[in-house]
Formats: sequence, C-alpha cells, structure tokens
Amino acid sequence: MSEAKELQDLADKEYEFGFVTDVESDTIAAGLDESTIHEISRRKNEPDWLLEFRLKAYRHWVTMEDPCWAKVDRNVIDYQEISYYSAPKPKKTLDSLDEVDPELLETFEKLGISLDEQKRLTGVAVDAVFDSVSVATTFSDKLADLGIIFCSFSEAVAQHPELIRQYLGSVVPYTDNFYSALNAAVFSDGSFCYIPEGVRCPMELSTYFRINAAGTGQFERTLIVAAERSTVSYLEGCTAPMRDENQLHAAVVELVALEDATIKYSTVQNWYPGDAEGVGGIYNFVTKRGLCKGDRSKISWTQVETGSAITWKYPSCILLGEESVGEFYSVALTNNFQQADTGTKMIHIGKGTTSTIVSKGISAGQGQNTYRGLVDVKKGAEGARNFSQCDSMLLGDRCGAHTFPYIEVRNPTAKVEHEATTSKIGEDQIFYCNQRGISTEDAVSMIVNGFCKEVFRELPMEFAVEAQKLLAVSLEGSVG
Amino acid sequence: MSGKKEEMLLDVKDLHASVEGTEILRGLDLQVKPGEVHAIMGPNGSGKSTFANVLSGREEYQVDRGTVQYRDLDLLELSADERACEGIFMAFQYPVSIPGISNAYFLRTALNSVRRYREESEVDAVDFLELIRSKTDLVGIDEKLLHRSVNDGFSGGEKKRNEILQMAVLDPKLAILDETDSGLDIDALRIVAEGVNALRREDRAFIVVTHYQRLLDHIVPDHVHVLSDGKIVRSGDKTLAHELEREGYSWLEATDASAGSNS
Repeated sequence: MSEAKELQDLADKEYEFGFVTDVESDTIAAGLDESTIHEISRRKNEPDWLLEFRLKAYRHWVTMEDPCWAKVDRNVIDYQEISYYSAPKPKKTLDSLDEVDPELLETFEKLGISLDEQKRLTGVAVDAVFDSVSVATTFSDKLADLGIIFCSFSEAVAQHPELIRQYLGSVVPYTDNFYSALNAAVFSDGSFCYIPEGVRCPMELSTYFRINAAGTGQFERTLIVAAERSTVSYLEGCTAPMRDENQLHAAVVELVALEDATIKYSTVQNWYPGDAEGVGGIYNFVTKRGLCKGDRSKISWTQVETGSAITWKYPSCILLGEESVGEFYSVALTNNFQQADTGTKMIHIGKGTTSTIVSKGISAGQGQNTYRGLVDVKKGAEGARNFSQCDSMLLGDRCGAHTFPYIEVRNPTAKVEHEATTSKIGEDQIFYCNQRGISTEDAVSMIVNGFCKEVFRELPMEFAVEAQKLLAVSLEGSVG
Repeated sequence: MSGKKEEMLLDVKDLHASVEGTEILRGLDLQVKPGEVHAIMGPNGSGKSTFANVLSGREEYQVDRGTVQYRDLDLLELSADERACEGIFMAFQYPVSIPGISNAYFLRTALNSVRRYREESEVDAVDFLELIRSKTDLVGIDEKLLHRSVNDGFSGGEKKRNEILQMAVLDPKLAILDETDSGLDIDALRIVAEGVNALRREDRAFIVVTHYQRLLDHIVPDHVHVLSDGKIVRSGDKTLAHELEREGYSWLEATDASAGSNS
C-alpha cells in the first residue's frame, strides 16, 4: 500500500542532533577490573567508603551474567571494550558559565538548550551533564536559600556525605541486577537532589544528559530524596550525537519520598536510535525505582521514550507507606529497527496503596515495542488498588507490539484492573484527515498525539510541547 | 441564469476505476455546473460509493481510464488533501473517530490547512470559536460536541451532523454526500437535510449519493442519475427518483438486457 510507503518515508527523517563536539577528553583506557575502579575513585577524589561501595558492587557484578530475558535482539556487549571514565578536561575550577569551554556551550546551543537561555528565560535550574562530569550547575544559590540541595553527585559526595551514605543504594541495591551492579561499580557522576521537610520546590529541576565521547559508556547515578511534606518535580531530557557503534547507557535512578512527600519525575528520552538500517544507536538499560517510604507519599513517573536503539527500563514504585500512591505514564515510540521493552513495577506493601499505569506504545517501520509490567500486591496491602491501561498503536505492517502484564495478588481485598488495546493507525483515519485538507504527515502526527494525550497531560507544559514535536520528528518518514 | 453559471464545475468523461483489481466503474460520464444538485442513485454494488471515493482521491481506488476535469484542474493529478484544499468535500457514510483529538481542534487544523493552501492567513482560536458558533446553529449541533474527541462515541445522527458542520466551516465548491441518510431516523434525516439546504448556494454544487429516494424529499435535486454496473444508465429530473421509489431497481436488468441486444 502506498500509505504504508508514505508512513515509511515520514519515519526516515535523519537524526537532527547527530554531531560530535571536539572537546579534549580525559579518558581512561578501555577495560574493567579492580584497578579500574581504584582509578575512577582516585580521579574523583572519593572517600574510602565510596571506593568500598564500588568494589563490593564490582565483586558482585563479576559473579553475575548479562541478562537476556527481554524481548530484544541485540549484540553481545564486551564490557572490556568500554572505557569507564571520560571527563572533559577542565582548564580550571568553574565558577560561572563564562568559564565553560565555549565549544561545549555551542553544543548546548545546537540542542536548543543553552544554559544561558535556560537561566534567563525559563527559570529552570539546569545541572548539565556533559559526558560524565557536570560542567555547570545553575540556580543552586536560589535553591540553597530554601535548603534545597541540587548538585552533581560528586559534589554531593564531598559536601553531603551523610545523606549519600544514608540513601545510596537504598532503593536500588547494587545486588539488584547486572546493570545496577555495574553502575554502582563504575558510575561517573549524576545528580543529587534533596528537598527538606515542608518545602515545595519552586521550579522544575532539570538535567540534560549527553553522551559524547566515542566508545564511552555512560553510567549516571541520580538520587532524589524528598523529606516529609515536600514536593519536587524533576525533568530529565536527553539527546546524543550520531555514532556508528552501539553505546551502552546503564543509569540508576533512586527516588525516596518520605511522609506526605511527592516526587514527580519526567523524562523525555531522544538518544540516537541508530540509522534507518538499524546500525548504531544507544543501548539504554536503566534501572529507575522510587520508594514511597512514608505514609501518603506519592511518586509519579512520566516518560516519553523516542530514542535509543534499545530501550529497556521499568521505572517502578515500591509502595511501602500506607496510602502511598504510585503512577506511571509512558509513551514509547519505536521506528526503523528500534526496540523497546519497557513498563513498570508497582509493588504494593502498605495498606490502602494505589497505583495507576498508563502505557502507550507506538510502533512504526520495523520497530518492536513491548510493554512489560508487574503489579504485585503483597499480603499486608489491605485494600490496595491498581488500574492499568496499555494501548498499542501500529503504523504500517512491518512493526510489532507486545504486552506482558504480570499480576500477583496476595491480599483478597485488593482490586486490580487491566485494560489493553491494540490499534492500527487506520488508512481510514488518514484519509478522513486528508479529505479535510490535512496532509498525511500532519494527520499521523495528530492521530498519534491524540493517542498519547493521557500521558502528555501529565508532563509539565513546556515538556509536553517538546514531546509532541519530538514525536512528530521521530515519525517523519515513517508515515505518509 | 448568469453566464458564470454555465461554466462547468466538474466534467467526468469515460471514467473507469477499480478496487484491488476488480473493475467497478465502467465508463461513467457526468457534468456538474455550479449551484446544481445531482443525485446519484442505484442498487448496492452499482459503484455509487466508489464514484464518491474516486472523486475525493482515496488511494485504494485505482483510476484505469477516463478524465475528470474540476474547474480548470485535472482532478486525477491531485492528492486527496489537495483536492480538499481546492474545494472538494465529502461527507462520509461512516465517519471515523480520532480519540484524543477534540472536534474543535481537528476542525481548526483542517480549516487552517485549507487556508494555508489558499495562501490565506490562519485563524486563531478566538476567531475560530466565533466562526464555529455561527455554524453550529445552522446544523443544530450541540456545542459540547466540539470539545469531545472527533466522532468518538457520537451517535449516528451526531456523526452526520458533524459532517455537515465541517462542510459549513470548510466552505467547499463541490460537496459530495456519500449515503448520508444511512443509519438516520427520520428526524435526524430532516435536520441533516436542512443543514445541507442552508448551505446550497449558486456557486456550490452537490453530488448526493443515495440508495433511497427519501433523502431527496428533503434535498430536492436538479438532476437524478441512475448508476448501474459502473455507468450512468438513465438521467432525469427529480421525478425519476419517485419513479425508482415506486418500481425499484429491477427494471435495470431489463434495460441492460435490451442494451445488450441492441449492440
């Protein structure tokens, strides 16, 4: 069908952010053993307890096997071929943006996320991670007045060791899985955020990640702690330059919400997905988990995943506190040869805990999109409730959508609902739009955005606009 | 009659079209002038809907032979959205739903696509609201429908009225109604017909595709054509529709037989 062909053409749009910044990198030789861990720790001037944490994780990791249960088709990763540390060489300590490498700043400009602009126009504090070391942190002073800590992970290790020691690995222990162990052993940097008791963070906290040095895996670590009755909304947005070889990204994100605290974590992920033939692209294997530790705490994940060759992640909530709330809103789009195996885990432990899952998978080209989700109601979770809705949309006839819901209920008072639909973007729908004067490209973009509406409305306003554009760009060439 | 009115709006000559290799239209001729209402009638499978879809540019319908001149354009050269922008509107027999997209947003997107094509300025949300309010009364549509997803959960009558509302907003030169009466009760039928009648203008023509005569009691045609086996076998004025109502389509077979014996 020519519609299918048109859809294909629309999806074939080249990756817009494919460029490499020529910054002198301080990269250590590829390979991983205990001496690598010592070297990373030494370069980062870390305290002994952190080195010890890394070594324990490493020793555990070597006993583990690379898991292969996800519904993805991928190359075997040679972990000895990866360089585990890469930092842009700072000329001196950076106090302001003026001191940041101009070429670096230019890269941010190309991405349309210039720190300057961010600072002046949007009121968003940005902790920009360029490769593995944070190069600039903004708005820290203003946040500091409220007692909010928002800084790079390394900085937090140096300045708030007691908080890091208390919470590091408390939600995602290094023993959790192969990649969390690897991350714990070699993580380079990341972000730390602490919202003190009773404080409502006045702005969206935002971090832009960017993988830049060729052949360098990036192992971020993010830790957010919201103390009693505090509220924070955190944004994470990603782009990456074009590469021919696969780059592994294995981040760990840990969230802790204490009594009556709320954490909203939003992600727009647009890493390089590989070319139209499926060559290159990022392997995005991330462990994200939130602990609703206190009663009536709430953690809400919203993700829009359009990039990466393979996306493999399950942002989850452990609902420990009574009447705590977990939410997961997801849009995952796979085009060309992209694959996604994503979903969530809602672990109901406390009484009266509730969770909501809304997942929208869009497959185009030869993309494969899998929803995999677990709703686990433990014995003590009296009156727990879950509602899950998993919808899939297919564009064209060479892509696939799969749904694997796992439900385990050990408390008879629990109420669990699951709805799933699969629809093919109809030639009827497209023709209807065409007949009203709307081009096929605009029609597909509109239909897909309508499909994702329930998720987009969970995003902060400016992110929602970005997400809609991103979907349109990601689908260009796939349709029409 | 002004001289203008004598200009041809649509000129279909010897149109042959097929769907998935099966020939449906076999030499259809039709001339439509601005301001005229043409009814296309015929039994199931005679090619009525195919004709409507071919005119509006649906890709599954393959044109094998013939020409379609629309104003000064070769219609068959244009894509479906270009045809819409050039003023061809089809009211669908089965309007599809688009979940998550409000009716108002859809309609404004459509209107602005058409306006961009015509190099006119786009209509902002405020002006659009004003425009659409002036049209909702015309077709007796509840304003609440504007804020619901396109055709999602609409009743049969609401869907058809929504089609007429879209027609009113997009202001076409040639409107094609594809079995608009199907699935409507008599009250809904009357409301839809009133909407169409209100939109009749000297510079706008209608092609009304219908199986039954009853719609034509409300939308009175200037010309009635009987389509059989992919071509027009008889044309007349509105009385032809009544004749068909009385006698059904069975006489067509006799006509075909005699035509066959004559050749």
